[in-house]
Amino acid sequence: MTDEAALEQTRKAIQKWKKKRGSLIMALHEIQGIYGYVPWDHAKVVAEEMGVALARIYEVLTFYNFFKLESPGKYIISVCDGTACHIKGGASVIDAFAKHLNINPGETTPDRLFHMQIVRCLGCCGLAPVVVVNGKTYGKVSPADVPSIIDEWKKKEAL
Amino acid sequence: MTKMIKLKIDNLDVEVPEGTSILDAAKKVQVEIPTLCYHPDLEPTAACGLCIVKANGRMLRSCCTPVMEGMEVITRDPEIVNERKTVLKLILSRHPNECLTCLKNETCELRQKAAEFGFRQDNFKKISLSHEDAPLDCSTRSIVLDPRKCILCGRCVQVCQNVQNVWALSFLNRGLKTRIAVAGNLTLDESPCIKCGQCVAHCPTGALTEYDDTGIVWRSLMNKEKYCVAQIAPAVRVAIGEAFGKDPGEISTKKLYSALRRLGFDAVFDTNFGADVTIMEEGSEFVERFAHGKGSLPLITSCCPAWVDYMQKYYPDMIEHFSTCKSPHEIVGALTKTYYAEKKGLDPKDIMMVSIMPCTAKKYEIRRNESMYASGCQDVDVSLTTRELARMLKQAGIVFDELKDEEADSPLGEYSGAGTIFGFSGGVMEAALRTAYRLVEGKELDDVDITPLRGVDEGIKTMEMPLGGKTLKVAVAQGTGNVGKLLDEVRDALNRGEESPYQFIEVMACPGGCIGGGGQPTGVTNKVRKERTKGLIMDDKKSSIRKSHLNPDVQKLYEEYLDKPLSEKAHHLLHTTYNAVPVYKK
Amino acid sequence: MDELTPEMKEKLKKLYATQRENLVKMKEEFLVKKDSYIASIYTCNSTGCHSGGAENVIDAFKESLEIYGLQDKVRMVSTGCMGLCAHGPLARVEIKGQKPFLYKAVDGMLARLIVAEHLLPALKALKEGKAENFEVNAFLKQRELSLDLPFFTKQKKVVLKNLGHSDPEDFGEYLATGGYQAFIKALDTMTPKEVRDVIRESGLRGRGGGGFPTAKKWDLLAAATGDEKFVICNGDEGDPGAYMDACILGGGAHSVLEGMMIEAYATGATHGWFYVRAEYPLAIERVEQALKQAKKYGLLGKNILGTDFSFMAELRYGAGAFVCGEETALMESLEGKRGTPHPRPPYPTEKGLFGKPSAINNVETLANVPVIIREGAKFFNSVGTETSKGTKVFALTGKVKHSGLVEVPMGMSVSEIVNDIGGGTSSGKPFKAVQTGGPSGGVIPANKLDMPICYEELKKIGSMMGSGGMIVMDQDDSMVEIAKFYLSFTVDESCGKCAPCRIGGYQMLELMKKIARGDGKEDDIQELIEIGSVMKKASLCALGQTAPNPVLSTLRFFREEYEALLKKDDDEEEGCQAALPKKTDKEESKEKPECATCSGCGR
Ligand SMILES: Cc1cc2nc3c(=O)[nH]c(=O)nc-3n(C[C@H](O)[C@H](O)[C@H](O)COP(=O)(O)O)c2cc1C
Ligand code: SF4
Ligand code: SF4
Ligand code: SF4
Ligand code: SF4
Ligand code: SF4
Ligand code: SF4
Ligand code: SF4
Ligand code: SF4
Ligand code: FES
Ligand code: FES
Ligand code: FES
Repeated sequence: MTDEAALEQTRKAIQKWKKKRGSLIMALHEIQGIYGYVPWDHAKVVAEEMGVALARIYEVLTFYNFFKLESPGKYIISVCDGTACHIKGGASVIDAFAKHLNINPGETTPDRLFHMQIVRCLGCCGLAPVVVVNGKTYGKVSPADVPSIIDEWKKKEAL
Repeated sequence: MTKMIKLKIDNLDVEVPEGTSILDAAKKVQVEIPTLCYHPDLEPTAACGLCIVKANGRMLRSCCTPVMEGMEVITRDPEIVNERKTVLKLILSRHPNECLTCLKNETCELRQKAAEFGFRQDNFKKISLSHEDAPLDCSTRSIVLDPRKCILCGRCVQVCQNVQNVWALSFLNRGLKTRIAVAGNLTLDESPCIKCGQCVAHCPTGALTEYDDTGIVWRSLMNKEKYCVAQIAPAVRVAIGEAFGKDPGEISTKKLYSALRRLGFDAVFDTNFGADVTIMEEGSEFVERFAHGKGSLPLITSCCPAWVDYMQKYYPDMIEHFSTCKSPHEIVGALTKTYYAEKKGLDPKDIMMVSIMPCTAKKYEIRRNESMYASGCQDVDVSLTTRELARMLKQAGIVFDELKDEEADSPLGEYSGAGTIFGFSGGVMEAALRTAYRLVEGKELDDVDITPLRGVDEGIKTMEMPLGGKTLKVAVAQGTGNVGKLLDEVRDALNRGEESPYQFIEVMACPGGCIGGGGQPTGVTNKVRKERTKGLIMDDKKSSIRKSHLNPDVQKLYEEYLDKPLSEKAHHLLHTTYNAVPVYKK
Repeated sequence: MDELTPEMKEKLKKLYATQRENLVKMKEEFLVKKDSYIASIYTCNSTGCHSGGAENVIDAFKESLEIYGLQDKVRMVSTGCMGLCAHGPLARVEIKGQKPFLYKAVDGMLARLIVAEHLLPALKALKEGKAENFEVNAFLKQRELSLDLPFFTKQKKVVLKNLGHSDPEDFGEYLATGGYQAFIKALDTMTPKEVRDVIRESGLRGRGGGGFPTAKKWDLLAAATGDEKFVICNGDEGDPGAYMDACILGGGAHSVLEGMMIEAYATGATHGWFYVRAEYPLAIERVEQALKQAKKYGLLGKNILGTDFSFMAELRYGAGAFVCGEETALMESLEGKRGTPHPRPPYPTEKGLFGKPSAINNVETLANVPVIIREGAKFFNSVGTETSKGTKVFALTGKVKHSGLVEVPMGMSVSEIVNDIGGGTSSGKPFKAVQTGGPSGGVIPANKLDMPICYEELKKIGSMMGSGGMIVMDQDDSMVEIAKFYLSFTVDESCGKCAPCRIGGYQMLELMKKIARGDGKEDDIQELIEIGSVMKKASLCALGQTAPNPVLSTLRFFREEYEALLKKDDDEEEGCQAALPKKTDKEESKEKPECATCSGCGR
């Protein structure tokens, strides 16, 4: 997609929020939904379209954990470190991912295939510890399961 | 009628209007509760927690809690003092111990609080921030942001976003990682910042300061080859005394002249002279447009560089309405390096022109575009703030208070009362009208005090007067946050094909005008602004000449050198151009 | 409606009448349909079971039912959380005349087996009139989760009543289970004040953590004046390890929406907002759906059902900030700003969202409202303790056998919850403590397990009800570790606005790390207490004010665990280090001089 076309897409995507009250965050969700993050130029478009200062938009983008300012990579691994998961060994699962992917939480592998992030409770504590990769949930994960989870997605990529 | 509330503070009876904060109510009974984030002119953000008191058994922040009927407040007991101490200790644990090398040292509110609480040691582990984590930003060469020293009181953000409506500064990140920064981590130079320095003026710590240019001035003063010339802006004379313990508004013009000579300046001029010239040019420009229909109305003043920057970024479509006339100190700079240099037989390259300004934006203005090099070299070499000059005087050991009065040098030193009132909001318009009246009506204006345009309380002031058989409508805006409404009104009218609701508009970026400038001694509040304004009004009142066109040295300048206002030479030396500038340089 | 012509008025009247009829029709249609089934399979498809593959299970059930041509006889319901998420996916088989039967850990394979070897024979038995004697075969029995477990029998389900028993997407079913009866009752037969009076009488207190009397909040909003007034549903649920609100909304958002509508009617609010955590896609979907359905059937909009009451509601998401659960921060967030709290007063009911009077209520609070209006205050306040009425939903997790979502009457003892309902520790090892109130709460040590659960008692021991997280810990869990965990959470989530919380939390965490590492000293514990105290007293919002609770509470009950970790360093000098003047030149004492409080060391 050309840059201009992408910006146009953004403009369209936020149309429905433009006239509604309290919808800046919704518009940003919309953009992150398309690109996986909120690129600078697109944040500028939001500023223009919604009549909000760019500084305000960045205040918001950097305040909320959910928003990313850089492309996070293709597969997003969310490892839960909520209380239930923590008690049941969530931290060791995080360590295992860190070790096998050689990245810290919040980082992306150099090939931009995997991004690992810590989340606080995914609402299925019964299955603790929980890992979600691009929408697929893994319950009762132990550090030993980590290589196979990574492989599963690597295989998917190879296809 | 506001309701009155009765309460007890430290067992003393107090009665205050409804809505008063506990903090303000306490002042009524001589109780000063310590604060850090609070500023009397701003909305309380409740960020520091130092001002806690007990009320009805609960700990509350006194700066933002309104009084309630029958409240019983305790402002100090061992427990409160202890908790305040811990709050402060926590703040200090996230702050470098760099007072010795800090520009705000003398006036820093944090250092003062630390001194009052008498800490002897850092109790909590220092959370050191390196410049790498929190980079110093001196990209504007006007103001410097050192986020390591920031206590996140939020005053600067409030000023930059809400008061000035610039939105350069913002909070980024959250929690301990919260920082004052520009969107996208750009530098201030790449940001919408207009260099007004209002953030600096309100910052309680050394996190925001002026860009210090004193070093280069000292070096020039010591350099025998350099012919050093100083000029002082209108607003400096009513504020510099504060740095030496005087009250705001006391006029120190003549002491300043002698102080500058003692520092080693070879000639001392007054920017007020330049202001008189500005009026000659701008006034004529206005009359051309108003009375002779040459060019579009309204005419908008342009002597404030922060405002120029704002307009170039946010109102590029209005450029044609801007007076092309330079600001007074640039005029003095250009004339010093041409008119004066020629008279004295000096090579302009050897002249070191130093402006003493209430302003941080002038530091940016002196290199703004090629027209600032009208003399063939940079017309003003350095622009110092009032604060920087005060420091230099102290370093030089000049006992300011006891100096003898001296006069400025000729021929760029004599000024009229019209020149001096440039320093407060409404003053430029007042000065311009005094001269425009003469130009249009052919006779002198009798009552020169145009009071409706004075004052610091209203963001926008308007006035009508008959001129040349028409009704002249003028408007004055102070603080860029107030400009939008005014200009949008004008733009809408013009877009509809109607006449502008105002024919002449003055804008000053700083609330109160230059007397409240970002380079003035710190601790500015509305009260201080009023005092300083009064000082300049007095200066004008006492002047024997109160109209720019009657300043004999100005008349001489035109006779000897420029021919007449708006002449070709005047255009070359005293006028400038503007360009649209992107709000973000990325 | 004054400016309308008589014809238009007539038309509108008709419209409203049809709307009312439609609601009744929908309900009856559902009941007729439901009656046409001879059996139902309820498969939990809430977040936990969904993650475990509930979708596959449902497909397998459907496939099998079709193979045997049963699709019109057996009702397949994809339902909300049944509570025992740890054993999911769960599926319950209900056949007319037979005891319901619950399966655990269902997969596609088991689903097919259930149809072939449970449903088919059971239906056959039913036909032959021998339904009562039907027994599930031994193999399937292994996968049974007995519905006679105390986990099921000791609970009292009010808010969770429909979860696991209905189709959250079926509007007719919601109506059939009494849905919107309360709202219509309020609208048609009660004044706003009467509604508030019933709520007051019920004793309902906020379930979002603070336990503020709901009726009092509504009174404040009702008294506020303005062209617009807002009600906001707080579905931000950021407490890590608690997911009650996620499940309540996921199991059908109509009850919460109905609660909000009743609140709006009772307070004169004009507009409602759902603020739902972005991490809860299912909850978001259900709220969206409920809003759509309510709009479609005339329950939202202008002059609802022909009355003078007009109300509209909208949905917004959070974006990953725990502090946005705090009401003033939530409103900032709704306004499209950083979610930083601001001082109160002004209270939201005076100056709230967009500067308009607003009341914020928790999901569970609102879900209780329709029940109270429908069944009466008495129904609600006959359950619970003197000051805490009704039931409370808890997310029971950690080292507990039956980890899941439970709803119990207020006043039940902690022990009953964890031992009876929870079935004891999952490890079989002795209990050590139960943590409630999440990052704002504290621990209940094993010897206090008889304590009844209610707002006041929990506060007394330095914890709080919180939103309803209940974490069980056994002998293997380190209390220092758990306190450190919570603190690291609040430090991550501190908005950073005020110094006591921003810096204090971090400093406490550093000290906790130091102690956990084994480098701590006695003084560090003192410092923890000192900072904890200032955070409690000088933080701006409840996040900072309660952040030290886990540390202070574990220090109170498990100080020995901290002390065991302290560095044993005998060389460590005690007493004053400063060069104090000696009393006599000859004084030669091994002991360090005592502190003369010169404050030289910063004391
Ligand atoms: C840091 C913090 C987080 C909170 N999170 C939530 C939350 O997730 N859900 C909630 O309903 N209330 C939360 N609250 C409480 C709300 O501020 C508010 O009291 C509540 O929503 C009021 O509703 P209620 O009266 O129905 O309980 C939180 C409070 C704080 C200080
Ligand atoms: S900001 Fe204040 S406290 Fe900090 S180093 Fe400078 S003078 Fe010292
Ligand atoms: S105040 Fe103390 S630290 Fe600072 S210069 Fe003086 S002696 Fe040194
Ligand atoms: S010395 Fe001045 S120019 Fe250099 S980095 Fe520091 S502030 Fe910037
Ligand atoms: S100088 Fe003015 S515009 Fe620039 S950051 Fe400071 S307040 Fe904002
Ligand atoms: S830079 Fe100064 S004014 Fe701005 S938040 Fe920091 S300390 Fe306050
Ligand atoms: S108002 Fe005066 S001090 Fe302020 S920026 Fe403009 S010129 Fe400078
Ligand atoms: S207590 Fe913490 S979360 Fe609350 S306002 Fe202060 S810094 Fe923000
Ligand atoms: S306060 Fe003074 S006397 Fe007490 S321990 Fe510290 S230095 Fe010694
Ligand atoms: S704590 Fe991990 S899913 Fe709730
Ligand atoms: S002065 Fe009141 S909180 Fe900072
Ligand atoms: S999610 Fe299925 S039982 Fe809770």
